[in-house]
Amino acid sequence: MLDLDRMIIDKPADGIFRIHRSAMTSPEILQMEQERIFNKSWLYVCHESEVENPGDYRRRNVAGRPLFFVRGNDGKVRVFLNTCTHRGALICRHDQGHADVLQCFYHAWSFNNHGDLVGVPDEAGYGHSFNKAAMGLKSPPRVENYRGFIFVSFNPDVEDLVGYLAGAREYLDLVVDQAEHGMRIIAGSNRYSIKANWKLLVENSLDGYHVKPTHKSYFDYVTGLGVKSGAVQTAFSRPARVLGNGHAVEEHDGVRGRPIARWSPLFGEENKEEIAAIRARLVRKFGEQRAHLMTDISRNLLVYPNLLIIDSIDITVRIFWPITPDLMDVTAWQLAPREEKPELPRRRLDNFLTFHGPGGFATPDDVEAIESCQAGYKAEGVEWSELSRGMHREAIAEDELQLRAFWRQWYGHMSGLGKVETNDPIIRQTVALAR
Amino acid sequence: MPQAREQNDRTVRELVEDFLYQEAALLDQWRLDEWLALFTSDGRYFVPTTDLPNGDPKTDLVFIDDDMVRLRARVERLKSRHGHREYPSSRTRRFITNIIIKVTEDGMVVTSSFLIYRFRLGESSPYVGWYEHKLKQADGQLKIHHRKAVLDMEALSEHGAVSIIL
Repeated sequence: MLDLDRMIIDKPADGIFRIHRSAMTSPEILQMEQERIFNKSWLYVCHESEVENPGDYRRRNVAGRPLFFVRGNDGKVRVFLNTCTHRGALICRHDQGHADVLQCFYHAWSFNNHGDLVGVPDEAGYGHSFNKAAMGLKSPPRVENYRGFIFVSFNPDVEDLVGYLAGAREYLDLVVDQAEHGMRIIAGSNRYSIKANWKLLVENSLDGYHVKPTHKSYFDYVTGLGVKSGAVQTAFSRPARVLGNGHAVEEHDGVRGRPIARWSPLFGEENKEEIAAIRARLVRKFGEQRAHLMTDISRNLLVYPNLLIIDSIDITVRIFWPITPDLMDVTAWQLAPREEKPELPRRRLDNFLTFHGPGGFATPDDVEAIESCQAGYKAEGVEWSELSRGMHREAIAEDELQLRAFWRQWYGHMSGLGKVETNDPIIRQTVALAR
Repeated sequence: MPQAREQNDRTVRELVEDFLYQEAALLDQWRLDEWLALFTSDGRYFVPTTDLPNGDPKTDLVFIDDDMVRLRARVERLKSRHGHREYPSSRTRRFITNIIIKVTEDGMVVTSSFLIYRFRLGESSPYVGWYEHKLKQADGQLKIHHRKAVLDMEALSEHGAVSIIL
């Protein structure tokens, strides 16, 4: 019998925060996560730029469910469950494409790109109860678009997306506002699996503590390219922030430049002026302080439960889904301002390739690290993982506050407490969990 | 390529096959510095993503797009104990077949099929795909000017990474 109260020990006054490792290994936990987290929360599907033109579609699995999204001839992006309303076959069988009409190959029912059922062969074979108008493609109960990021929820009663995003909204704005004419997803995605529990990638993505030891070879590489090694040493000392609803951010000083809009010798003299102009525009539009946040500071943002936005030299959008307790599927994309001239996206891609990609100099080591944790759990004799770092002080990015924020909300959902207050840097909110 | 025929009276095909097999052996034996020496000074190594096999590294997201600076760094990382995904190193075995050679003005373009098994920590995962080698004569030797490895898998679903040199 699963005892959730034995999953987390959260005692701020004593500086204790531990996670029971069965949270990463138990099939019952994963089943509960599916019901209580993935079926209840807002989940990221796509960026609207992935379907630029009317009729463009792509398919995507979200929480194990086959979905597809299509830009209708009216210009609106809709998300549909990828199943024929007749007998269930997948409607969209290509990863991407373009269609005015999507036809099910099984019995040739066809739907326009607004989802309406427009063609039923030999329709006279159905009686008077057959209501063609009600047989259009079905959407998830809730679909909302926040500034180009499209989310769905399978929970009809979920709060509005903006309310759900809480403090993460401000950080999404910091990303979107970098572009004058909107953001776009660059063609090509990284799809890979990790043999580890999905929550270990949440932890890894928000964890500033592992960066220096795990990614030594990456920092050796960039130091070799001319980045000052001192910059790496102090980059992760900024205060940590939690953003409510389980969202959290790990902010750090950028150790290399940013195409938005902090020039580095690595970008080449020829791009210096362009980058200075972007910065000047951002200062004019948003003021010095906000422009500073947008251009000088890098951040890893978790939109609970499983969307990561790494706003760094490149902007990585990463989503990951549990398959079994010890296996997840990951997909990652690159986001860039539409107006950026060709050489700058190249610099973004360069960074992605050297750090965040599965062929990069850092992400493979993160994969190795969390697979190693998962493998270590099989030893069983050590029941708890330790996440108390920084509880006794004002937490910094190298501490584990961000991880605790995720876990507290995770516990809130799993235990039925619902939304818990994860916003206080040190003490207040955890009293509810201490019981 | 006329010079090729003159070398030891071997045919171009024999020369190319030998080159590819020797290259595979260097990689399987982790003799990575010797492998690096097979490239011209402006050589490139490139792996597109699984969903965009025709991806252009200038504009699209790819897995790997190394010039010689980054390729050298990749090799250094693989040789160090800080490239954790390959420390300890995996065992690999490369099978190269279906070689098609097209002789061009300044060298040749060779395509081939590969099957690379990688064994590590009790697991095995094959990388399946095809190579495009652009080879040319430099310093009296056949050298790699451009090397592309295109994967046929739909995702890196067994592998988690492209941590070895394909």
